[in-house]
Amino acid sequence: MDILTLFIIVPILTVLVLVFSKGLERARVVSMIGSLIQLGMAINLMFAYFKERAVNDSIMVFTKDLVWFKNFNIHYNIGVDGISVALILLTAIVVLAGVFISWKMKELPKEFFISLIVLSLGVYGVFISIDLFTLFVFFEIAVIPMYLLIGIWGSGPREYSAMKLTLMLMGASAVLLVGILGIYFNSNADGGPLTFNILDIAQVHIPLAAQKLFFPFVFIGFAVISALFPFHTWSPDGHASAPTAVSMLHAGVLMKLGGYGVFRVAMFLLPAGALHWSWFFIILAAIGVVYGAFSAIRQTDLKYINAYASVSHLGLVLFALLTLNKIAWNGAIIQSLSHGLLTALFFALIGMIYGRTHTRDISKLGGMMKILPFIGAIYVITGLAYLGLPGFSGFVAEMNIFVGAFQQNADTFNRVLTILVVSSIVVTSVYILRLVGKIMMGPLETNEVNDLPKATWYEKTGILLLMIPVIGIGVAPFWLSDMIMKSLEPFIHGVL
Amino acid sequence: MNISYTILIPLIPLAVFLLLGLNSKRIKPAISGYIGVLGLSISAALSFYTAYQYFFVNGKVDGVYQTFVNKSVWMHFTETLHIDMGVLIDPISVMMLIVVSIVSLMVHIYSRGYMKGDDGYTRFFAYLSLFTFSMYGLVLATNLFQIYIFWELVGVSSFLLIGYYYTKPSAVSAAKKAFIVTRFADLGFLIGILIMGYFAGTYDFETLNNPEGSVILSWASTSFMGLSVITWALLLIFMGGAGKSAMFPLHIWLPDAMEGPTPVSALIHAATMVVAGVYLVARLFPMFYFVEHGFALNVVAYIGAFSSLFAAIIAITQTDIKRVLAFSTMSQIGYMMLALGVSGYDGHEGVGYMASMFHLFTHAMFKALLFLGAGSVIHAVHSNYLKDMGGLRKYMPITNITFLIAALAISGVPPFAGFWSKDEILVAAFEHNMLIYYVGVFVAGLTAFYMFRLYFGIFWGKEQTYKHPPHESPISMTFPLLVLALLSVVGGFIPFGEFVSADRMGFEGHLNYPLAAIATGVGLVGILLAWVFYKKENSLSDIYAKAFGPFYKWTSDKFYFDEIYLFVTKKILFNGVSRPFAWFDRNVVDGTMNLIGNSTVKTSNKIKGLQSGKFQDYAFSFVMGAVIIALVFIYLWTN
Repeated sequence: MDILTLFIIVPILTVLVLVFSKGLERARVVSMIGSLIQLGMAINLMFAYFKERAVNDSIMVFTKDLVWFKNFNIHYNIGVDGISVALILLTAIVVLAGVFISWKMKELPKEFFISLIVLSLGVYGVFISIDLFTLFVFFEIAVIPMYLLIGIWGSGPREYSAMKLTLMLMGASAVLLVGILGIYFNSNADGGPLTFNILDIAQVHIPLAAQKLFFPFVFIGFAVISALFPFHTWSPDGHASAPTAVSMLHAGVLMKLGGYGVFRVAMFLLPAGALHWSWFFIILAAIGVVYGAFSAIRQTDLKYINAYASVSHLGLVLFALLTLNKIAWNGAIIQSLSHGLLTALFFALIGMIYGRTHTRDISKLGGMMKILPFIGAIYVITGLAYLGLPGFSGFVAEMNIFVGAFQQNADTFNRVLTILVVSSIVVTSVYILRLVGKIMMGPLETNEVNDLPKATWYEKTGILLLMIPVIGIGVAPFWLSDMIMKSLEPFIHGVL
Repeated sequence: MNISYTILIPLIPLAVFLLLGLNSKRIKPAISGYIGVLGLSISAALSFYTAYQYFFVNGKVDGVYQTFVNKSVWMHFTETLHIDMGVLIDPISVMMLIVVSIVSLMVHIYSRGYMKGDDGYTRFFAYLSLFTFSMYGLVLATNLFQIYIFWELVGVSSFLLIGYYYTKPSAVSAAKKAFIVTRFADLGFLIGILIMGYFAGTYDFETLNNPEGSVILSWASTSFMGLSVITWALLLIFMGGAGKSAMFPLHIWLPDAMEGPTPVSALIHAATMVVAGVYLVARLFPMFYFVEHGFALNVVAYIGAFSSLFAAIIAITQTDIKRVLAFSTMSQIGYMMLALGVSGYDGHEGVGYMASMFHLFTHAMFKALLFLGAGSVIHAVHSNYLKDMGGLRKYMPITNITFLIAALAISGVPPFAGFWSKDEILVAAFEHNMLIYYVGVFVAGLTAFYMFRLYFGIFWGKEQTYKHPPHESPISMTFPLLVLALLSVVGGFIPFGEFVSADRMGFEGHLNYPLAAIATGVGLVGILLAWVFYKKENSLSDIYAKAFGPFYKWTSDKFYFDEIYLFVTKKILFNGVSRPFAWFDRNVVDGTMNLIGNSTVKTSNKIKGLQSGKFQDYAFSFVMGAVIIALVFIYLWTN
């Protein structure tokens, strides 16, 4: 079995075993083992990738090609580069952490874990696909369990939120499909056959008019799931209603598919379109960065704060991609990882706090550090990492983005935008410190129970799983940069 | 000179931080105190060894102090642009190592007594180690980005330590304020770094500072709004420095930062972190001096001079002893800034640069001493306010005498340390800018006055009836006081000019007698006035306070800068930007989405009657549809 297809097989096997296992205890152990294997495979993949990269110069390695549907030239065509390996690693970490955080899932545990694993299957599929059509199919596989996960296990106005989220993402998918078909029908521009193969299409000179026409379709189709302003409103409601592990997975991994798709499909295959449209979308992205941060200041619900913070931080990813600069792109990928880990940490912590105090209203929380020292300390560290403190992953990502954006855009318009985006680091520190100062520090709120249960072993495991890479990237960013930087070359050739 | 061992100087406190931070519940408080002191002693010993090696053994080649660098790449941007991590040894970094080591070690020892019995004892020592690590990293930085990284880390250590008593709302808001204000300043710093990285193509101090290097020679190549972009970068970088060093108008966080435990105020908010801005300007001094004929340096001089005066005036009216010291710190840092601002480059012309570093050194000693002395007093009377103190000299002899030494030192009375460094600053100002010289002399008088107001108010003045009779602090607290007092007496005799100078050649300092006499005279007048007002209990001060009326009130309310900032942040940013944004998002953006959703539902409600479930309806539609499609096709076909 090749090393990549395993990422499809293992989740499927996990789901099959889950179907036949009864009760919470079996379900969670099975999911834990399944996701542990996934993480092992992801780590193995990383080392294998480094080894392979040393001797193999092609864009994608570990490729495999099976004809799937001959008439339309659809293939099951897989392969990875440094970017996908990094994101696969992120996915495996977040999924495992999510399983630990849901250790005490009470309602329909088996079905919950099945949905979770299916979701991860879709995500892996997107990251390993080289064929546009299979990529799209996996993308849908990842999105659909979301509806169930929020609609069934959610809280608050969960049906409304689930519906809103699904409809907006499906709407985006429809737009995306138009874009993908647009690319497909232009893939014979140089006289070859129609193809969905990304690597082949990248060699084709798609006519300029078609690039200009279809770039917005593909861009918006993917960017909605990365909460591109003004299509982000599904995100706060969706997150607020979603159960903890789903929020973790969604904000941590699923929202990364947007940036990935924009990069892999829109910018790689339609470089002229990207050049043509970047000025417009970069404004939207920059607005998202600032607007999300300012909106987060005003919120009082922990999850809403985090959701708007995600709008801001993922806006930064899109912004970085649209600067069309290699350093900033490197930053965008690192930011995807960093935000994935940090936002998953935040949602996990929020879940723990909510599970104990039954409120997410910051006005009702205070001085928690005293009673929950572990959670408090991790919360503060996460907050500091989130606002871009050196020593954590966020700093590395942001600095790459800012330096790159400044290097590339020599005209005033882009400079001003860059400075505007850089200024978001101050706003970010305002809402983070407001949050930390209110709920962790300060006096205890009177209606608080004094003997809240301390963090359990499974909660600590989940937290540490996420925290270690955050620090690892922050202290020693070079290995990750090495992995990503080389894979950016083909993209650069396209745009320049 | 082999400098590879210097990397241990920051790494040891880091190891201590990790050890204490990860095991804060398992390590007994007493032991954590010892670990902290021990770790820092090693770092301090290494620092002294480095200083000895550098200044006396092999730092000098042909009469010029060399720069030694040991670094490796931490993050690549492009072939030429990368962030390095490493250590840079030159006169000012070695001097800073000594300052940080002495003060930090004294504060560690002192804290073992001061923090005794506190809940978070281990946590406190962990934070202190984190801070010391970051500060060492900052002074040893080899490039702009590394200094920025450690700059942020000292900022967060400061945040954690100001908010150390985290259940106190005032401490929490002070910590937040300190972090956010300096973060705002750091935004300027970061943008400055970005500009510098783009136009100069490097972050490396050695390359940037080379007077014959391309950056300094070709500063005029690109300009923006009438100024060279490099000048813009320097001004923005200085904004970061001004934030950290509490220069006007970014000073508002420093007085509030006094919410932290007093040893922290001594270490971070008096001796080391707050002078980072001065250090930053000194670090880039050749750039500040040569680029655009010192335009940015002039800005530094005026901001420094104004802050110095502004803070000295406010210090006179404050009643919280730590806040008096905080404004005094701001004023003295302004002094250092103005010294840099009026400095030249070659030989004796560079006296301002030397004086600034000299004053940084002596100020660290006597200001740390003042804070630790104030801590000792607060420890004894459990209050920060002058009104609760008086006549303490009988109860606390060591604190009394050491505080007096520090007060004399800061007032510039010979032969104490402050006299020598202040004299050099005034010489530099006198030679380059008379306006700044007058400000400097006036501030010297004010300094002597407010400092002795404080001294007499605490140790003389009205006898208080204390609930618990105050007593002298334990030896762990008085020992650091004695050490720092000794340094405040003898520190001024160091021939600083031989070690630290702008062009690295060294020069012989000599006293300018007329200027020294004027400065000392002004200082003595200040002390005399304070004597008259505050030595014995009398109503003179109240009478004068009334006579000044509104001006007194403005001053004691710190010219309402806090209120102005509060207005801008609360009213304008929070209510004026953030609230409308959030409203807009929920009602307009989301409203549009909901509208689309709702109208779809409505439309489908209207047309759902079509799905009646009756077979004949469907059959009718089917046939009609087929007919229409057929007609369309036929039409298209025939055309």
